[in-house]
Order: sequence, then structure tokens, then C-alpha cells
Amino acid sequence: MLYLAIMSPSHHGTEPVFDVTGVTKVYTSGEVEVRALAGIDLQLFAGEIAVLLGPSGSGKSTLLNIIGGLDRATSGSVLFNGRDLTDFSDRQLTRFRRDHIGFVFQFYNLIPSLTAWENVSLVTEVARDPMTPDEALAMVNLTDRMSHFPAQLSGGEQQRVAIARAIAKRPEVLLCDEPTGALDSKTGVIVLEALTRINTEFGTTTAIITHNAGIQQIAHRVFQFLDGRIASMHVNEARIAATEVEW
Amino acid sequence: MLSALDRKLVRDLTRLWAQVLAVGLVIACGVMTIVLFVGATRSLDETRSAFYERYRFASVFASANRAPERLKRDLAAIEGVAAVETRIVKDLILDIDGMIEPAAGIAVSLPDAGEARVNRLYLRQGRLPEPDRSDEVAVVETFASAHGFRPGDRFRAQINGKSRELTITGVVLSPEFIYAIGPGDMVPDQRRYGILFMPRKTLAAAFDMTGSFNSAVLTTLRNADVEVITEAVDDLLRHYGGTGAYGREDQTSHAFLDAELTQLEAMAGVIPPIFLFVSAFLVNMILSRLIALEREQIGLLKASGYTSVGVAWHYAKMVLAIVLVGLVIGSVAGAWLGGSLARLYAQFFSFPFLVFAGSADLYVIAAVVSVIAALAGAASAIRTVVALPPAVAMRPPAPANYRSLGLDLGILHSVFSQLTTMALRHLWRNPVRTGLTALGTSFSVALLVTALFSFDSIDHMIDQIFFQTSREDAVIAFAGDRHPDALRAVRRMPGILAAEPYRQVPVTMSNRHIEERLVLEGLPSMTDLTRVLDRDQLPLALPSNGIVLSDRVAERLDLRVGDLASIEVMQQDDRIVHVPVAGTIQSLVGLTAYMDLEALNRLVRDGDRISGARVKLDADRLGQTYAAVKETPGISSIALTNLSRANFRATIEENIVISITIYTVLAVIITFGVIYNSARIQLSERGRELASLRVFGFTRGEVSSILMIELGVVVLFAQPLGWALGYGFAWSVAQGFESDLYRIPLVVEQSTYTTASLVVTAAAVVSALAVRRRIDRLDLIEVLKTRE
Ligand SMILES: Nc1ncnc2c1ncn2[C@@H]1O[C@H](COP(=O)(O)OP(=O)(O)O)[C@@H](O)[C@H]1O
Ligand SMILES: [Mg+2]
Repeated sequence: MLYLAIMSPSHHGTEPVFDVTGVTKVYTSGEVEVRALAGIDLQLFAGEIAVLLGPSGSGKSTLLNIIGGLDRATSGSVLFNGRDLTDFSDRQLTRFRRDHIGFVFQFYNLIPSLTAWENVSLVTEVARDPMTPDEALAMVNLTDRMSHFPAQLSGGEQQRVAIARAIAKRPEVLLCDEPTGALDSKTGVIVLEALTRINTEFGTTTAIITHNAGIQQIAHRVFQFLDGRIASMHVNEARIAATEVEW
Repeated sequence: MLSALDRKLVRDLTRLWAQVLAVGLVIACGVMTIVLFVGATRSLDETRSAFYERYRFASVFASANRAPERLKRDLAAIEGVAAVETRIVKDLILDIDGMIEPAAGIAVSLPDAGEARVNRLYLRQGRLPEPDRSDEVAVVETFASAHGFRPGDRFRAQINGKSRELTITGVVLSPEFIYAIGPGDMVPDQRRYGILFMPRKTLAAAFDMTGSFNSAVLTTLRNADVEVITEAVDDLLRHYGGTGAYGREDQTSHAFLDAELTQLEAMAGVIPPIFLFVSAFLVNMILSRLIALEREQIGLLKASGYTSVGVAWHYAKMVLAIVLVGLVIGSVAGAWLGGSLARLYAQFFSFPFLVFAGSADLYVIAAVVSVIAALAGAASAIRTVVALPPAVAMRPPAPANYRSLGLDLGILHSVFSQLTTMALRHLWRNPVRTGLTALGTSFSVALLVTALFSFDSIDHMIDQIFFQTSREDAVIAFAGDRHPDALRAVRRMPGILAAEPYRQVPVTMSNRHIEERLVLEGLPSMTDLTRVLDRDQLPLALPSNGIVLSDRVAERLDLRVGDLASIEVMQQDDRIVHVPVAGTIQSLVGLTAYMDLEALNRLVRDGDRISGARVKLDADRLGQTYAAVKETPGISSIALTNLSRANFRATIEENIVISITIYTVLAVIITFGVIYNSARIQLSERGRELASLRVFGFTRGEVSSILMIELGVVVLFAQPLGWALGYGFAWSVAQGFESDLYRIPLVVEQSTYTTASLVVTAAAVVSALAVRRRIDRLDLIEVLKTRE
């Protein structure tokens, strides 16, 4: 599979941000062993948008968790800018997430007792070189909703707060696990717009897991998962704007 | 500015305010009781020590019939003795204007010159009597305030048969009489018991004791061996009618204070731990639920780069905030109640000053202890926070439990019984929590049983002492042992319906190396007023040979029926007589030992003697009897059992109300804490399920009945558990109360269990109703929409 990556006409430079080699993940719960990843090789390049497609249970989230430092690979190596995450201690992984990674989840995971602004400041408070919560919320066009509590926001708005929260620390990498999974097409598009805008403006390397095949059109490259492997990868020659995505 | 996490904390606390308050109150009770019991123990202990030290309270006490003053030098020469004061101490009968009945008193002599070297007086008002003024007297403060006496006021006293008018020159307090209890009394009666300090010359002249003393008090050097000194004192006084020297532990006032301290310690060992345990449990319950609800938020925080410790600290802070609420309320309540307790103590104990020692470190101790308890309760929940992998934030939650239950409902036939089944199944699904909830509630029951049992026991005590054994109306004590003819004189006094003689002989009773100083009481073989009862509450005929011991004495001396006890009569020669133990009895007061009067006289070998008489009075002629007693020279004191009985009742009843109120409040707080919180948590866990039921068309009543049934079952189980625990606590409190002075019998009436259960059940119902309102207001659409 490696040759696919090398051959990719990436205009984003040649040094990969992530270089994943031979990663497997086996979950053991009691007697049962689940092979979630069965040998993954993949590279993510600076500034690209990668979309991860594949049926449910094919290992997408597992991979994202591993490269985001939320989980550990059973074997293989995950190089982030040349340093192997698999050697990291828990403390180093926490540090790594804090400094480099922004997460966006399907269910937003906002803290209900904090306002939009406060949910963002939750992250800016511990980040090294963050933007202000106001700037981050402006990026996702939520300036006028800053002091609303999550319960007072629509699903799309909540997800945009979550994105603002993820980008506020100016992460190198944005990892999104089904960011539009709980949204209808209209709000989904607004969320995708926010993601592409951030990608363009900051050059943030972005990985997006989705079920929605239409979304692959906004990607630079698309990875197709099947049974814990990458079945195929293709480079998207004709990227379209988020607004044009067919749901 | 507050960090975002701290704002979450503040908002969570605000949102959960009722639950926070419920737990906070339980913690407050823990803090309060620690502050109260430990503070009270310290106040008493420290005040007593300070008083003792500043006013040179004796360490060794001795009395004799009449010892020559020159012995004072020999006493002072005993190794380890720091200072000696010899005195004349006599029982008196006081005749006070406005009081029909005679009061009992003790006259204690003041040194002819200078201040006493031992047992100094604290002068509250006025001055001490002039050494040469035979009509001047200083009285203790309790007695003075009971009668409104001020310096310059007068009253009469029978001094060796002569009635004298005395003028009060001063009001004093003595370290020797911090707790002053008159003859025959169960609780102090300040009106009927006076302690008088008079010039030595006056008493010497009145009792023909010039150049002699009958009481000696000694202070000792640090590290002196009190046992050795008492023996040396006994040797010196032996031939002058010495009744055996003793240390502080046998000095009445000191021993009563010790008993009070022991009781406080017993309470401190039982009550605060209950609250600490319950608060730990409640913290655990609330925090576990909160953390279960916030799993994904925790995952998110970790995914965003918060450390596990950082997130754990966030929840720990929540626990600390709850403790803080409890600490503030508990400290304020503790300080306030402590002040009231100090005032209560001031009623019974007379100190020149008694401050409630609520020193800062006391609150620190309470804080540390409650923080430890709360964090112990939080530990397991916080551990889950630390262990929770950050990846959970990514995973969509899948609590499938509720869905299947929802489907079951469609095929329900018999609605109510199915609801009941649901409730029971839910209880069963979490047996540990259900068990702990029942246990927590049972503590309320137990606490009430513990509080209420003392009244059962005291009732039993009153019945035992005043209606079964001491059935006389008064005890008349002669000035020194008399020939039995004196009994006839008593019988001839007006209003005396019956009189029974008694003789009291101070002895040292021993078995092998164990020794006990006590009073051996001689009674006619069969008595009717004061009865010796066997275990079946039947009058026991004293055998013509042998002694009958109370359980406590038998236990102390390790004697059983049939054993021989060695008896040394202290006022006599050095003879040691061996007497068989003929029986043992239950006795609630003091260290008692009985013997047939004639056998006792044979043992003492000083002829036929009696110490006094127990009498039954004609209620219609009390005035005449009292007047006669006041005028009879040979009577040194009179104990009015009838009044003691009434006074005891009144004192107890006064304290019952306070005590019941406090314990009821405490029990209600526990019940509320446990039931309200557990209902709220049930509701939080099952809001969705209950809302679904409402969607299916069940009524509010039916839906809340599920929760009510669950709580009902828990409360039901808590009852027998609480009774059993309460009995256990009562037992341990009774054990803690036991002293040589008295014993609290362990009696728990049916009605105590019933009352405890009723109070707790009522509190539980109110707590449950508070939550029921929330069920009624369940927002069906909201609950179904929001994710778990
Ligand atoms: N914590 C876990 N324990 C056990 N099995 C897991 C765990 N997480 C994921 N799996 C399993 O690993 C496989 C891949 O899951 P996942 O990466 O979530 O798939 P996807 O995100 O592509 O739907 C699935 O079979 C899933 O059941
Ligand atoms: Mg997934």
C-alpha cells in the first residue's frame, strides 16, 4: 500500500505529519478477541484533508483514536513528525494531545453546564499558544451565540462549537469522527464548510471519518476501510466546495 | 478569573444544590458532634485541670474520727507529700427560711491563719469568714444562687445539736465540690445541699475538736506514688478511726466528672462515626452517578489534553466543596450547641469559669476527619475517572438497558403488579447499593433507638431504685453510730410511720491482691423499706452468715458465691476477717455490699450499733417531722428520698426534651440525606424509563409509585436492621456509661423501637415526596430526546 502514498501528487510537501506503519489493534474482552485493525499503513501530509470511508466496524475510529493518542496500537509504529507515539508514556500522550491534536466527535460532547464560549475556553486554558475563544467562535460563525448554553443551541451549532473548541488551540491536526453523523444535510454542510475553511486558512491537516460517501469530494485523498485494513486509496482530482456536497 | 472547569464545578453544585445540601447536612452533623463531644470533653477536662492546679486540689484524701493535730507534721513528712491541710468536716442540717424540709449540709473548716495550702477557695463574692467570728460562714455558689443568698444574708444550721444563726460573708467555689451531690440524691439538688466553710475555731469549739482534726487533704509531688502515700496515711490514722485514705478517683466530685468524661468519650465513639459513614456513602452515591453521566465529558477533557489527575482533581474539588458546606454548617452548629452544653454543665458542675473549648484545632480535626471520610467515599468513583480511557469520548454511547424494558411494557397485562415487579427487579439489580441505602437509613433508626433507650433505662432505674429497693421517704443519719435505742427515739418522732435501722461501716474488701474500699451495709435480715432484691426481683433475706455483693463489686474483686472475701474494718484494729460470699445482686448505684446487721455487729466487735434509720413519713405531717428533725441534736443529716425521686425525675425530664429534639433532628437529617439522594439518583438513572411509561399512558401516580415502592422496600428493610444496630449502640453506650458511681441498665422498650421507626418513616415519606414532585414534572419530550 505504501507506494500509493508515495505516488500521491501531494502538493503539501513530502514529509508526512503522520507516518503509520503496520499498525494492528486487537481488543481482548474476556475470551473474545476482536481484531479491529489488521495492519494499517498510511501517511497524512501537512495541510491535506483525508476522508476515511468504510462500513461500520471496519476500524476507522480505532485508527483515529490511535493516531490521536487516545489509544495504543497493539503492534506497528505511529510516527508523528518523526517521533514514535507507541513509545510515549501516558503523560507524553496527554501532552501530545494537548499541544497538537484537535478532536471533533459525532456527539459534540459539549459540557452542558458551560456556555459556548466557556466550552471553548476549557481548551484554550490548557493550550500552549491558543487563539481566544472569541476568535475561534468567529471562525465557525458563532459570535452571536457565544453565551448560549449547549441546550440552547441546535445540533449544527453545537458541532460548530465543538469545532471551535478543537481549533482554538491551533492544532496541527484535526481529527473528526463522523462530525456530521448526527446532523441533517443543511447543518452538515455548514459544519463541513467550517472544517474546510480552517483547512484553507491554517493549513491544518484534517482527517474526517464519515459514512456519507458524498463528503469524500471535499478531500484531497480518500481512504476506503474494510475489515481493519485499508482496501483502497484514491486521490481526489476534482475537489468541490463543501456547499456543493450532495448528501 | 474562574477557570472553565471551576465554573462547571460551581454550576454543577448549584444545579445539585438540594443533594449537596442533603449530604452537607449529614457531614455537618458529623462535624457538629465531633466539635461537641470532643470540645465538651476538652472543656471539662481542661477547666478541671486548670481549676485543680490553681486552687491546689488534693491528690490524697483521708478522714478519721479524731486525730491529734501533731499528726499533721507526720503526714507532711511522708515521702512524696507536697502539702497537708488538716480540717474538721462535719455533716449538718440546715434550716432555711421558706423551706419546710431540712436541707443537708457539710461544714468544712478554714485554717485559722492564712489561706488553705490545699483545696483553696475561689472567692466569687464577699470575703471569707474572720477566724474569730463564730457566726460567719462562706457558702458555695450553687447553694447561694439556689436561695438567692448574697453576702450579709443569714440562715440557720444545726451545729452539734445547737441551732445557730449564721451570716454569709462570701460566696465561693471549691475544687473539691465541683460536683456536689447530697446524701441520697441521684442528681444534684442545689437547694437542699449546702457546703459551708467556717473558721476552724468555730467548728472545733462546736464539736469539741480543739487540737484535733477528722479530715486531711494532701497534695503530692509530681511522680509521687499515690498508693504508697495512702498506705502511709492509713498507718498514721489507723488508731484514730481512719476510714482509709483514697486518691482522686474515689473522691466524689472528681469521680462524677470522670464519669461524665467517660460518657462523652463513649458518645464520641458512637455518634460521629455514624455520620462519617453515612456521608461517605452518600458522597459515593452522588459522585458515582455524576461521573457515570459525565463519562463522555471526562473522555473529552482527557482527549483535549487534560491529565487524568487534573480531571480527578476536578471531581475531588466537588467533594471538598460538599465537605466545606458541611464544615461551615457543622462548625457553627457545633460552636452554638457547645455553648449550650457548657451552660448545661454549669448547672451541674460549678467551675469559676467554664468556656467551651472550641479551639481552632478542634475544627481542623473535624475538617480532616470529614474530608477523609468523604474522599474515602469518593475514592472508587474518582478511580473510575482516572481509569476512564479518553477514547470513550469518541465512541457513541450505547446504554441499551432501557430500550428492552420499554418493549416489555407493551405486553404488560396487570399494570400494578408489573410496576411492582419492575421496582423490585431494579432494587435487585444493584444489591450492594440497595443494601447500603437500607443500612444508611437504618442508622437513623439506630440513632433514635440509642437516644430514646436512655429514657427507658432511666425509667427502669427510677423504678428499681425508688420503687423496688429504696422505698423509704427519708434516710436519717446519726452523728456517729448509736445504740439501737436511737431507733426507738426516731420512731417516736412525729409523722414517722415506720423506721428501719441500718449500719454503714467503711471497709477494705479484698480477694488475693485485689482491694476495694467500700461501705458494708448492715440491715435487719428482712426489711420492707429498703429491700435487697434477688435476680427475680424478690426480696432477699440476708443470711446470718456471709455477705451479699453487687455484681460490680463481685466482678471487681473476682469473687463468686461461695468464695471467701477478706474484710478489714478500717476504723478498728488490724483484724482481717474472712467472710463467705452468700449471694450476688444487681445494683445500679455505687459499690454495694450487704450483711445482716447482727452479723456485721459481730464482725466489727463494738457492740450493738446503728448508723441511722430509713423511715416512712406521714405525708400529712411532713412539716412536723421536718421541724423535729431540724431540732434533734443526734441527727447529723437527713436524705429526703421522696424529694430526690422528684428532683431526679424533673431533671431527667428537662433534659429528655432537649436530647430528644437533638437526636430527632440528627435522625431526620440522615434519613433525608439518604432517601432524598437515593431517590434523586434513581430518578436520574431512570428518568427516561419513567418518562417512557408516561408516554405509554401510565398516570403520574402509577409512575411515581415505582420509585415509592422501591424506597418503601428500602425503608422497610432498614427498620429491623436499625433496631438491631440501635440495640448494639445502646449496649455500647451503656457499657461506656458504667462507672463505680452508677450503671445504666440496658432496657429498650417496644415503644422506643416504634417511635424510632415512626419518626424515620415520616422523614422518609417527606423526602420521597420532595422527589415525587420532580417525577410529576418530568418533561416527556426532553427526557426522550436527550441522550443518556
Ligand atoms: N473498546 C473496544 N473493545 C472491544 N472491541 C472494540 C472496542 N472498540 C472497537 N471495538 C471493535 O473494533 C472494531 C472496529 O471498531 P471501530 O474502529 O469503532 O469501527 P468503525 O469506527 O469503523 O465503525 C469493531 O468490531 C468494534 O466492535
Ligand atoms: Mg466509528
